Amino acid sequence: MPKTLYDKLWNEHHITALDSGESLLYIDRHYLHEVTSPQAFEGLAKKHLAPWRLNANIATPDHNVPTERGGAFNMESIEDEISKIQVIELDKNCNRFGIKQFDITSENQGIVHVIGPELGYTLPGMTIVCGDSHTSTHGAFGCLAMGIGTSEVEHVLATQSLKVSKLKNMHVRFDGNPQAGVTSKDIVLYLIGKIGTAGGNGHAIEFSGSYIDSISMEARMTICNMAIEAGAKVGLIAPDATTLNYVKEHSDLDPDLLKQAEAHWDTLKTDEKAVFDKEIIIDISSIKSQVTWGTSPEMVVDFDGYIPDPEHVPEDKKKNIQLAKQYMGIAKDEKLTDLKFDKVFIGSCTNSRIEDLREAASIVEGKQVADTIIEAIVVPGSGMVKLQAEAEGLDKIFKAAGFIWRDPGCSMCLGMNPDQLKPYERCASTSNRNFEGRQGNLGRTHLMSPMMAALTAINGTVSNPS
Amino acid sequence: MKLQGNELQIQGLVACIDRDNIDTDQIIPTEYLKSIKKFGFEDYLFDGWRYLDDGRLGITKEERQINKDFILNISPYDQASILLTRDNFGCGSSREHAVWALRDFGIKTVIASSFGDIFYNNCFKNGVLPIKLSKKQIEELFLHSSDTANEIIVSLDAKKLTSGNIDYSFEVKDNLLERIIHGLDDVDITLQDKAIIKTFEDNRMKTKPWIYAND
Repeated sequence: MPKTLYDKLWNEHHITALDSGESLLYIDRHYLHEVTSPQAFEGLAKKHLAPWRLNANIATPDHNVPTERGGAFNMESIEDEISKIQVIELDKNCNRFGIKQFDITSENQGIVHVIGPELGYTLPGMTIVCGDSHTSTHGAFGCLAMGIGTSEVEHVLATQSLKVSKLKNMHVRFDGNPQAGVTSKDIVLYLIGKIGTAGGNGHAIEFSGSYIDSISMEARMTICNMAIEAGAKVGLIAPDATTLNYVKEHSDLDPDLLKQAEAHWDTLKTDEKAVFDKEIIIDISSIKSQVTWGTSPEMVVDFDGYIPDPEHVPEDKKKNIQLAKQYMGIAKDEKLTDLKFDKVFIGSCTNSRIEDLREAASIVEGKQVADTIIEAIVVPGSGMVKLQAEAEGLDKIFKAAGFIWRDPGCSMCLGMNPDQLKPYERCASTSNRNFEGRQGNLGRTHLMSPMMAALTAINGTVSNPS
Repeated sequence: MKLQGNELQIQGLVACIDRDNIDTDQIIPTEYLKSIKKFGFEDYLFDGWRYLDDGRLGITKEERQINKDFILNISPYDQASILLTRDNFGCGSSREHAVWALRDFGIKTVIASSFGDIFYNNCFKNGVLPIKLSKKQIEELFLHSSDTANEIIVSLDAKKLTSGNIDYSFEVKDNLLERIIHGLDDVDITLQDKAIIKTFEDNRMKTKPWIYAND
C-alpha cells in the first residue's frame, strides 16, 4: 500500500503495538530546556532510574535566560531569583545524570529548536521530542518531531520511547512564486487564517509543492514551527537536496555513514499514490504580507486588509472577535495600517535564524527606528547565529538604525525573562503566538515576518514591504 | 491510586467560559512555569482573567486584586469541579502546568467541542478528564448552565454525562480512561517492555548507525 512520509516514519520507529491500542514509538533525539524538565528529572530520581540512552539527550537553557548578558555572565548572575533557580536546576540535573548541556556560558547556547539543527543533532528521518510545542520545527528535515508534556519527558528519559496513537495525514501543497516581500512566515500565517488554529488537530501536516521546493531550510523551519499554531503537533517536509546540503554543512557525520544515511533519506518521501485524510492546495502567488490583528494566530489578514467587524460575521464568531478587538484596543473601523506600535521584537524559534536577520537588516540598512517606537530589539536564536550575523556586520546595521542587539534566548516571545511588554503596549513581533498576555500582562502582540517587523520599527506602523 | 465505586462518577458544579481557543497561556501564564514543582498551581489558574493585578510565583490569591466578574471568583462557581467551554480548549504550548493548575484548583473534567492535541494527552496523565461533545450538545449545555448553578454528573465507566433532562454519551479511548480510573504510571508500565525496546534499539543501531554517531 502506498504510504505517506508520516506513515513511513511511524513504521520505522514503531516498537510494538500495546494492548491499550496505542503504540510504543522509539525516540531518536530528545531536546530539553529548563522549564518543562525539572519535574521529569525529579520523577526519574524518585524511581531510581537513569536516562535510557544518554546521548539521545541534548539540553540548553533558553526560556528564562536574560538577553543582556555580556562576557562575565553566568547562571548566578540572573537577577530574577526564581528564573535563576530553574536554570541552575537544569544545570544540576544535567550534571547529575550526565546529559550534554550547552549552558548559559556556552557559545552554542540558544533556543533549543535553533541549536538542534545547526549543531547537527537534528538529522532527517529521526523521531524528535521536546517538552515544547514548537518541536514541530524539526519536521522541516523530514523528522517525526513533536512537543510533549512533562510526564512524557520523564517517560522518554526513562524508556527512550513514547506511547502514542497514530495521527491522521493532512497534505498542504503550496504552489507558485511569492510576491516581493512575502516570506514563509506570511505563507504559514495565511494557511492558519484559512484553516484555523484547530484546523490541523489530530493530524500530521506534510507541506510540499513548488514553493516548498524553492525555499531554504530556515524558511522551511518557520513553516513547520507554526504547524502547531494550525493545531498540528507534527509538521513535515520531505528531505531533498536542500536538506542534504544543510546537513552536510552542519553535522560532522563521517563520509561512510553519511553515504549510508543518504540512501535511506532518499526513501523518506510520500509515495505517489498515497492517500491523505485531508488535502489543501494553495496558490501562494497572490498572497500578500500577513499580520495578525487579534489574540489567536488565526486572526490574521493582509497587512492592508480590513479587520473583521463583529457586526458582519457569523453568530458563533461574534463574541470571540469582539473580545479580541477589545483586548487589542482596536476601534470599530480601524485598519492594521492605522495602528501605532510601541515595541518591535525580532527573534523566537520561528524567526531568529541568520536568514531572518539578513532579511530584517536589508530593510533597516541606512534608516532609523521611528521616534514613536520605545524599544526595538533583535534577539538572535543562538550563539552561532549571533556570531554569523556579527561576521556579516548585521549587528552594526541594526545598532546604527537604533535597534538593540541582544544575546540568544526565547526572550519576548513569551516573556519569561525580563524582556516583556508593559500593559497596553503594542508590539510588532516575529514570534508565533499573539495570545492574551503572552508577551507581558495586557500586552498586545501582532505576529508578522521579520521584514514587516523591521519595516514597522522604521515607520512606526505596518506598511508595504515590497 | 485507583478509583472505586462512587469515585467512578464525577459530580459537580459547572463553570462556563464562553470562548473558543482558550490557550494554555490563559490557563496558566508563563510566569508560573518557573516553578520546579508539580503541585501548588491552584491560585494561578486563569491568572490573567481571575485577577486585576500582575502576579508572581509565590504570591497567593489573598494578596491579589480579585476580578469579581470572573466566573471562578463568583460563589458558588469558585467550588466548580467541571468546566464547560467551546472549541479548541488547551491549544498552544505543551506545558503540563496547564493541567496541573486545573487539577490543583479542583477541576476534574473539562467539556469542550475540541481540544488541543498535546493538552488532551496531558490531561490523562494527571487525572483530569477532557470530554469532547458536538457543538450542538455544547450549545445545549450552555443554555442549561449559563444562568443558573447547574450540576453535571459524569459516569466514567459508562461514558455518560447527565444534567437535568440532558443525557449524553461521549467517546474516549478505553486505555486513556483506564489511566484516570487506575491512576497508572506510564513509565512503570513501559519498563515492563524493556526487553522489546532493547531489541528494537540494538537492531536500529545496526541498520541506522548514523543516529548513534555521537554515542
